[in-house]
Amino acid sequence: MNYKWDWGILLQEPYFGWIWAGFGWTCAVAILAWMIALSLGSVIGVLRTIPHPLPRAIGTAYVELFRNIPLLVQLFLWYFVVPEVVPREAGMFLKRGLPMPEFWTAVVCLGFYHGARVAEQVRSGIGAIRDGQRQAALAMGLTTTQVYRYVLLPVSYRIIIPPLTSDFLGVFKNSSLALTIGVIELTARSRQIEEYTFQGFEAFAAATVLYSLVTFAVMTLMHVTERRTRIPGMISLEAK
Amino acid sequence: MFGGFDYAVLERALPLLWQGMLFTLQLTGLAICGGVFFGTLLALMRLSPFRPVSFFAASYVNFFRSLPLILVIFWFYFLVPKMLGWPIGGFYSVLIAFVMFEAAYYCEIIRAGIQSVTRAQVHAGSALGLTYGQTMRLIILPQAFRNMLPVLLTQSIIMFQDTSLVYVVGLKDFLTTADLIANRDNRPVELFIFAAVVYFVLCLIGSTSARRLQRTYAI
Amino acid sequence: MIEVKNVSKWYGDFHVLKDCSTSVAKGQVVVICGPSGSGKSTLIKCINGLEPFQKGAIAVNGTSVGDPATNLSKLRSRIGMVFQNFELFPHMTVIRNIMLAQVKVLGRTEAEAEERAMKLLTRVGLVDQAAKHPAQLSGGQQQRVAIARALAMDPIAMLFDEPTSALDPEMINEVLDVMVALAEDGMTMMVVTHEMGFAKKVADRVIFMDEGHIVEDATTEDFFGTPRSERAQMFLSKILSH
Repeated sequence: MNYKWDWGILLQEPYFGWIWAGFGWTCAVAILAWMIALSLGSVIGVLRTIPHPLPRAIGTAYVELFRNIPLLVQLFLWYFVVPEVVPREAGMFLKRGLPMPEFWTAVVCLGFYHGARVAEQVRSGIGAIRDGQRQAALAMGLTTTQVYRYVLLPVSYRIIIPPLTSDFLGVFKNSSLALTIGVIELTARSRQIEEYTFQGFEAFAAATVLYSLVTFAVMTLMHVTERRTRIPGMISLEAK
Repeated sequence: MFGGFDYAVLERALPLLWQGMLFTLQLTGLAICGGVFFGTLLALMRLSPFRPVSFFAASYVNFFRSLPLILVIFWFYFLVPKMLGWPIGGFYSVLIAFVMFEAAYYCEIIRAGIQSVTRAQVHAGSALGLTYGQTMRLIILPQAFRNMLPVLLTQSIIMFQDTSLVYVVGLKDFLTTADLIANRDNRPVELFIFAAVVYFVLCLIGSTSARRLQRTYAI
Repeated sequence: MIEVKNVSKWYGDFHVLKDCSTSVAKGQVVVICGPSGSGKSTLIKCINGLEPFQKGAIAVNGTSVGDPATNLSKLRSRIGMVFQNFELFPHMTVIRNIMLAQVKVLGRTEAEAEERAMKLLTRVGLVDQAAKHPAQLSGGQQQRVAIARALAMDPIAMLFDEPTSALDPEMINEVLDVMVALAEDGMTMMVVTHEMGFAKKVADRVIFMDEGHIVEDATTEDFFGTPRSERAQMFLSKILSH
C-alpha cells in the first residue's frame, strides 16, 4: 500500500479551521435536536402511560410512525416534501424566508425522530414505577399533572439516565446525516478534506477521534450525573 | 394539498424502484449474516476469561459504537481499495463497512443473550464431559439465540433502515433510486412519500413480529 | 360520614365487588377483614375514587365519589390513605414527603408545611429522621412516616390498606401503636387488616368480606363473640390459631 502520510495537513489552514467549524455544526445540530427530542419525547412518553385510550393511541401512532421510517427518508421528507404540501405561504417561508433552512430542517427532523426513542424510554421508566406510587400521590389530592411532575417523572428520569445518554449519543452520531441536505458538519468536512488533499486517512482519523472523545466525555458526565442524582439508600428503583 | 399527486409517475418508476429494493434487501441480508457471525465471535471474545482478548473485543465494540455509520462508510469506501491495491467496487466496500459496524451492535445483543443462560447450564454441560466448545455450541448458543431472537430482529430492522445511508456514496439502493427518479422527473413529493410508505410497511411488519416473538419467549 | 350503597365493580368480566353496602359514622373505627382476593382493598380504594365502580353510590361527608362533577383531588385531599407498601416518594426526603401535598394541594407556605411536618414526625417518634430518604428507613419507620404524611393534610377520615402486612413481625407493633393512638383521638378510620388484636382493641365494627360480598358487618363484640356466617367462623379460626 503506497500512501504518503502527512499528519501536518490537519494543522494547516484552511483544513484546521474546517474541522473545528464542522465540529461546531455537529454540536449545534445535536444539542438543539436533543432539546426537541427530550421535551417532545417526554410528552409522548407520558401520553402512552395515561390510562385513557385516546392519548395512548396518539402516543403509539407517533412512536410507530417515527421509528419505522429510516431517518434519511424522514430527512428528505422534511426537506423536499414538507415545503410542497403545506399551505403556500408556509412553503414559501420554508424555502425562501427561513435562514439556514438545511440546518433547521436537520434539527427538527432529528428532534422528532429521536423524540420517539426518548418517548419509549420515558414510558418504560414510568412503567417501572409500581402503581402504588401513582395511587399514593393521587390519594393525597395531587392532580394528574402534579403526580407526573412531582413524583413519576423525577423518579423515571433517574431510572433512564443510561439509556437516555445513549440516545443523546445517537443524536450526536445521526447529526452526520445532515450532510446529505448540505449541512457541512464534521463528517462532511472530513470528506471534503479527503477530496481536496487525498489525505483521507488523516481527515477521517481527525473526525473519528473527535466523535470518540465526545462519546467518552458524555459517558463520563453520565456517570457523574448518575452518582449525583442517585437516591440515598436505593439500590434499584424498579420494584414491582 | 395532495390534489397534484401523480400516481402515473410512480407507476413508471416501479421497475427501477424494484431494482433498488433488491439491492437494499441483498445488502441487508448479507450484512445481517456477516454482522451476526462476527458479532457472535466478538461476544465470545468479550466473555473470554483471557483478559487481552476480552479487552480487544470490548474496545472494538465501544470504538465502533461511538462513530456515525456514515463516517464508517466513508472510511471503508476510501480505505478498502487502498489496502487491497485494486478497486473492488462500492458494493463490497460498503458491505464490509456494514458488517464491521453492525458486528459491534450484534455483539452486545448476543453477549446479553449468552449471559441470560445460567451458569448452571455451563456446569451441567461440563459435568456431562462436554468440552467448552461443545458446551457453547450445543447447549448455550441455541438457548441464547432463542432468547435474543426478538432483539436480533429489532436490530436487523434498524439495519435495514440504515442501508439507506449508502446514498452518501451513490450506490443505487431503494432510497437512492427514488431520489434519482425524483430529480429526473422533478416529482420529490410522490417518490419520497412512496419510499416512506414502503419502508414504513416493511418495518412495521418486522417490528410487530419482533414484539410477537418477544411475547412468546423473552429474555 | 362515609356511606357505601349497593356498590358493584367489575374488572372486565371479573365481578370484584358485589352489591356492597355499609356506612361509617364520624369517629368510628371499622376494620375490614377477609381472605385475599375478597375485594376488601378494592372497596376502600373505591371510597377515595382510586378505583372506579360501575354501580351504586359512595358519599363521603355528603360528597358523591362516583359523580363525574365531583372534584376528586379536592375530596381525596380530605381523606388520608395509608398503603401496604408505604408508597413514600423515594426521591424526596422524609420531610419533603410530608410537605409536598401541603404546599401543592392545600397551598400552605413552606414554613407552615415544615412546622406541621415536624410536629407530626414528633408525634410518630421520627423527628430525628426528617432529613433522610425513605429507603434509609426501616419498613416500620417508613409506614409511620406515611401515616404522618396523610395526617398532615388534616383529614376528616383515614383509610388503611393492609398497613402492616408488608412489615417484618417485630415492626408491626410500632405501627399499630400509632394507629391505636389515632383511634383513641377520635379519628374516623377504615382499616383493612388481619390484625385481630387491633380490631378487638379499638374497632367499633368489623366487616368480613368474601368473594366480593360483605358477608358480615357487626359490632366488634358480636363479631368475635358469635360470628353468624360459617365462612367468617372458618376465617377467624384460621387467623386466630396462629
